[in-house]
Amino acid sequence: MQKPDMSVEIAGIKMRNPVMTASGTFGYGSEFADYMNLESIGAMITKGLSLKPKAGNPTPRIVETPGGMLNAIGLQNVGIDAFISKKLPYLQNVDTPVIVNLYGNTLEEYGEVASRLDGQQGVAGLEVNISCPNVKQGGIVFGTDPQAAQEVVRLVRKNTSKPVIVKLSPNVTDVVLMAKACADAGADALSLINTLTGIAIDLDRRRPVLANITGGLSGPAIKPVALRMVWQVAKNVKLPIIGIGGIMNGRDALEFILAGATAIQVGTASFLDPSAAQRIAAEMEAYLAEKQIPSIASLIGALEA
Amino acid sequence: MQFKSMVLSNVELSPGYFRMRMTAPQELLASSPGQFLMLRVVDAIDPLLRRPFGLFDVGLFTPEYAGCGAQCYAEILYKVVGKGTKLLSSLHHGDLVDLLSPLGRGFEIGPSGEEKILVGGGIGLAPLYYLAKELVKKGEKVRLFAGGRNRDDILCITEFERLGVETYVSTDDGTLGDQGLVTEVLERHLGSGMRIFSCGPTPMLKAVALLAQKHGVPCQVSMEAYMACGVGACLGCVMKGANHTDENPDYRCVCKDGPVFDSFELQWS
Repeated sequence: MQKPDMSVEIAGIKMRNPVMTASGTFGYGSEFADYMNLESIGAMITKGLSLKPKAGNPTPRIVETPGGMLNAIGLQNVGIDAFISKKLPYLQNVDTPVIVNLYGNTLEEYGEVASRLDGQQGVAGLEVNISCPNVKQGGIVFGTDPQAAQEVVRLVRKNTSKPVIVKLSPNVTDVVLMAKACADAGADALSLINTLTGIAIDLDRRRPVLANITGGLSGPAIKPVALRMVWQVAKNVKLPIIGIGGIMNGRDALEFILAGATAIQVGTASFLDPSAAQRIAAEMEAYLAEKQIPSIASLIGALEA
Repeated sequence: MQFKSMVLSNVELSPGYFRMRMTAPQELLASSPGQFLMLRVVDAIDPLLRRPFGLFDVGLFTPEYAGCGAQCYAEILYKVVGKGTKLLSSLHHGDLVDLLSPLGRGFEIGPSGEEKILVGGGIGLAPLYYLAKELVKKGEKVRLFAGGRNRDDILCITEFERLGVETYVSTDDGTLGDQGLVTEVLERHLGSGMRIFSCGPTPMLKAVALLAQKHGVPCQVSMEAYMACGVGACLGCVMKGANHTDENPDYRCVCKDGPVFDSFELQWS
């Protein structure tokens, strides 16, 4: 039997397979080069970048929870200029599309970061983070207010000619409402879900474990919630979707494809298995080969429900 | 490097403290003392993350069964503190674990001829044994200051003595060695021409770093931190660098920039 066709396309970004690495779990790519072939996956998404370098939160920043982990890194990053001068050149030599995750403390910063990236070679697209639960500067929560989200997306859209992916928060009453708002504002694709806000408590010390008190829950524990949200958004919004949430293996990834995702992101799994993204891409392909399914495209949204 | 490893032995040394020996690829012989491994106990989602352990020993052994040449082993020393280490303590000869190693930056041994002073608190003794072995091999004079709350926390002292290391033990309750803090004993012996290598709880490392500064003795510390990935990606294990301010952040990853730091590289306040 022929090799299955694993290629997909998101907003003009052509990928050899649907596996992307989730922002904040894959550094700036080079950290994983010793453990896997960076050219075996569909795309890489960088750590979230801001206009200025950002220190992040005090420690402890992470804690393991049943089937998952909470993190409150606080978007520590080198800043957009250092990324362009120090990190991007390495990525430009890797034959895999690079999508830059970006965020701003203010509306204007989103626009500024987007425009600085616009002319950059080797940046295939932008993923706009409107949903980090661990940063609350300015008191504006772009990810939970449809109007604020629209303003961000419109401004980024205006400041770039590159594809714009918007990463949605699950910490909302109606994720479909947020998805529609972003679609109306000009998003090319949606990625979901970001982490779910949670708390871990140290009973004996009577204190929260994380210095930030709350953190974002990721890992297998959130997969059912993520699948539900991907399915809901896919039914109601026409944009391509990138599914994220607790994907540990090829079967998990394919469940997201069935639910309506065109591509998926591997996040927490890369922490425990630094070659997870490559392995998951291989496992997906092996499943299709075994079931004699000629192309991944035929599985997108093929859930019988 | 990522590899599967077979447990060769897993022995309880004192209540709650274990020493585990595993097979390892030959490449691990090129590791340096102070480097660590990330161990995944089970291929399951709970516990989800790997656990970091300093390399206690790396070397060659020849299996007793026929037909085998010398093989590489790695050893760790660990304390049962939670779900992951509890599971780890239940492993037996023949069980497989998944490892990433060698990781991080190890100790800089420094010029020969100095007195090498090792300072370990509790389970912090682990990476110091591998270091002592390498130092003794180079013909260096090595002294070990080991501290703990009580005698159960003082591990593998005879192993160090067998290497020819002069050992000084102190416990909070005086059940073994001097009663008091390891730093009190250390201060009585500090002088010029020495170099300190230290691993243990952060308050102890801070006290050692300050002592070293006071006496003008170069000092390296091996830090411990919660970490998810071990390869510099999650940024969960950071410590503040000496010049860190909120405006000019200078965070160091314990996993990648460390776990061993020169004491002046870090902010101790």
